[in-house]
Amino acid sequence: MRTLALSLALAATALPVAAADTPNVLLDAYAAEARKENPAFAGASAERGRAFFTTAHGKEWSCATCHTAAPAAGGKHTVTGKAIAPLAPAANPERFASAYKAEKWFRRNCTDVLGRECTAQEKGDVLAWLLAAR
Amino acid sequence: MNTVRNALRLAAMYAIAAATTSHALYARAGDHAWRLDNAAYRQECGSCHVPYPPALLDAASWRAVMGGLERHFGTDASLEPAARSEVLAFLERNAGRKRTSAEGGPLLRVSETPWFVKEHREEVPAATLRRPDVKSFANCGACHAAADQGDYSERGIRVPGGRQR
Repeated sequence: MRTLALSLALAATALPVAAADTPNVLLDAYAAEARKENPAFAGASAERGRAFFTTAHGKEWSCATCHTAAPAAGGKHTVTGKAIAPLAPAANPERFASAYKAEKWFRRNCTDVLGRECTAQEKGDVLAWLLAAR
Repeated sequence: MNTVRNALRLAAMYAIAAATTSHALYARAGDHAWRLDNAAYRQECGSCHVPYPPALLDAASWRAVMGGLERHFGTDASLEPAARSEVLAFLERNAGRKRTSAEGGPLLRVSETPWFVKEHREEVPAATLRRPDVKSFANCGACHAAADQGDYSERGIRVPGGRQR
């Protein structure tokens, strides 16, 4: 209970920060970071994002293995069989509403799919594609 | 990213999650139903699989599981330090008292504990496990309809393809 009380107290301070996260704010942040990584970067590409998401990268799984290639529909965890809610913000407003959560899942899932973390450009491209999905 | 800011965000998310889901968390302890009343645990450990009842492994097993999240049964399930500490503390508080170890080491899979094996060996034949809507013993919800709420009561069981008895 002490933990919950502490969480509630902290929530009051942290809410304005968390509330500012939207998919488009995140997309802008990834684009700004990508420009720093590569000065020739000319903006996130939904088409690059689609290709990245739906192909394997030298390991067993692609993003689509669990999330499917139709991100406005739900997916299923390939090991445990647990249902996964849609990734496209148009279909599921909880997606990319928290930078913390988005970063956590990119970190974990990119390790599983690519064996490394994703670059800002890769994350931006995927998000651009997900934002366009209906 | 700023660690303090992350910890604050995390706390805010758990507080919101706790406020919105606590009504659904009550389950009778003792009748194959367990309380899962910790927002951090439900959120961090209940995304890829149902949040397993902490009582099904002992504290040593949970410490071993939480010590290897970067390679968690073939996937990266790593957590920020603040989230990891909160989840581990919840698991230790609610861990089973019966030892879950084999050959001197802690068991990491609930499905390898003697209790689990006894409960499932005869009722879940290999053919049921192979079904695409079941896949593995990790998928508690395939048969225990309210597993995500910690409710594993007999009444709530429906085995895909029919029950073997």
